[in-house]
Amino acid sequence: MAYAAGVDVGSTQTKAVIVDERLRIVGRALTDTGANVMRAAENAFQEALRDGDLREEEVEYVVGTGYGRYKVTFGNTQVTEISCHGRGAVHMFPNTRTVIDMGGQDTKAIRIAPNGEILDFCMNDKCAAGTGRFLGAASSALDIPLPELGPTALRGERPVKISTTCTVFAESEVLSWLGKGKRIEDILLGVHESIGTRSVGLLRRVGVEEEITFTGGVARNLAMVDTLNRRLDTHVNVSEESHFMGALGAALFAFDHIVASRAPARAGGAA
Amino acid sequence: MTVADTESLVGRGNREGAALFRDWFAELTEAAERGRDSAYVFVMGSLAELLRTFDYPIVFPEINSLQTAVRRVAHEYLDAAEDYGYSTDICGYVKADVAVQLKGGTHPMGRIPKPGIAVLTNACNTYIKWAEIWERMYHVPTFTIDIPGTRAAGRVTAPGDRDFENDRRYVLAQLRELITRLEEVRGTAFDIDRLREHMAEANTMSRAWKRLLDLNAARPSVFNALSDGTIYLGVSNGFRGTRAGAEYFERLVEEMEHKAANGIGTLTDEKYRLVFVGVPCYPIFRRFSELFTSWGGTFVTSTYLWFASGGSNVGYEYDLAHPLESLAEGLLLSVRDAMDSMFFQPELLATMNREFAVDGVVFHPIKSCRTVSTGLADARRAMMAAEDTPSLFIESDMMDRRVVSEAQLKNRVDAFFEGLASRRQRAAAATS
Repeated sequence: MAYAAGVDVGSTQTKAVIVDERLRIVGRALTDTGANVMRAAENAFQEALRDGDLREEEVEYVVGTGYGRYKVTFGNTQVTEISCHGRGAVHMFPNTRTVIDMGGQDTKAIRIAPNGEILDFCMNDKCAAGTGRFLGAASSALDIPLPELGPTALRGERPVKISTTCTVFAESEVLSWLGKGKRIEDILLGVHESIGTRSVGLLRRVGVEEEITFTGGVARNLAMVDTLNRRLDTHVNVSEESHFMGALGAALFAFDHIVASRAPARAGGAA
Repeated sequence: MTVADTESLVGRGNREGAALFRDWFAELTEAAERGRDSAYVFVMGSLAELLRTFDYPIVFPEINSLQTAVRRVAHEYLDAAEDYGYSTDICGYVKADVAVQLKGGTHPMGRIPKPGIAVLTNACNTYIKWAEIWERMYHVPTFTIDIPGTRAAGRVTAPGDRDFENDRRYVLAQLRELITRLEEVRGTAFDIDRLREHMAEANTMSRAWKRLLDLNAARPSVFNALSDGTIYLGVSNGFRGTRAGAEYFERLVEEMEHKAANGIGTLTDEKYRLVFVGVPCYPIFRRFSELFTSWGGTFVTSTYLWFASGGSNVGYEYDLAHPLESLAEGLLLSVRDAMDSMFFQPELLATMNREFAVDGVVFHPIKSCRTVSTGLADARRAMMAAEDTPSLFIESDMMDRRVVSEAQLKNRVDAFFEGLASRRQRAAAATS
């Protein structure tokens, strides 16, 4: 059995996925990236090996992705997270034509051709507005753990208008709404609406075509899923593996290399 | 051609271009030290041919400014202008020039003389406000020539058309006023024969410039329109109307014809042929280019070589029997083309993509210049709707490294090439 791995070193968390030759996920891991990017990549990979009950030498090819992809020093090559999220999304949902990926530091919109080719993409620039970091700022200001942000926001009824999408100013704006006596649920719903507006804007820049697949860590947030569904008037695809989609895409690219390296031998054998 | 020919020819244009640049700035430094007045002009409609007849050293503040970025000191100049009160949102070229003036002409390549006059066109709205700064600083005259632009896409007028002839007369009348003003300021009479001489040299350069751009349709391409092209562009502006400039371009064409005939490319392994739309990222100029060349991508042409050459890419040659009328016509055609190459890009890009067998188009809007950046997103969208050419949209700046994020640029560029590679693999698989 051949195995391939993808390691996605994100700004906040590092993800590793191992697939077998039937392209099933057999091992996965999630760790905080922290300050030592190389160690985070190594830790995630080792944890994924343990999760899959595999030995390192059984993994034939490793692809690094994410902002720290060049720090995956044990990897064989690197692929951008743009290509990897597109690949992972199409693998999980073959009819995917548009991907919205929300990570800790960036949000990206990707348009995909029917043959899986990436036609266009668009990302936020230096500013972290509209990314997971924005939710992190709200979490900090309201002293609510990240996993509870979504469920709390879903109880909101009258979202406040968050006028700034700047992550730096988000905290003070959230506090000012608290000072005005607004319910936490409505403030959080407003935060999600604000991110949704920004994200849909990115999607419109590449062109929205169904099906739309939502990937990245923020896809676990049900309020964000609900916001996108309402704003796009659709039901976005969300996989249980959404958080691992970049690493999965990287693992699939890694498997391509294994297949390519064997192709001549197989051709010879067939002859 | 022998190996020795190749060794002496290949790279000659870049070497000689750099030498000419040093000579040019040495002359400017000497003029500054002697207290000579210069003519301040811009790349879109410099009228260098005319100003040389009045013996003005020609100063291109845009080129001075970009040189501070290439030499990695732009931030010192931007900081000085911002300390003086200019907003971060103002054009980086303007701010660097203001700082050069505040520093008494001190520039990394020498010293810049003060202006005796500024001559400009309306090709860029910032030109007009920029010249007003010198007017206030030095109390020198400025002269703005209003060049009528193309009124609508697809309806470009040509010499002989009634509308064009009206426009030409309008420009000619302004040129006559300018000559009178120059005679007053300079205290010397206008010499039309000297103008003819400079126009003849400009004709040689225009002819060669167009030939040079056409030669890059060769496969592999013979120069990189982003990195090499910017050197040629500097010479085309700084030495327009001079024997040195004309000779430079004749020799450059010789070099590129040799490369084309012998299959010598700008890259040893040209994998992707690209078009560059916009202004280069000068604060990391070499590295920016390497983001593409490291993938085997080279720029076969660039809108920058069109509009920043003042439209001389159209190859217009003056009729020396009617110098003033022809100068007006050439100015109208070239500046109008410079503006069209920014504002009517989709039509021009479609032609380029076809003629240069292009694999992808890179759009590079910059924060500092809305004139060249506004509409690029629409131009890209229009191109994508009209044809199946992959494109990349990346943003940075031509001066301000504070808004240049190399890691983010690399991420996008890498993803673009991954897409091009995947596209090529699929195409190969489909035909095998």
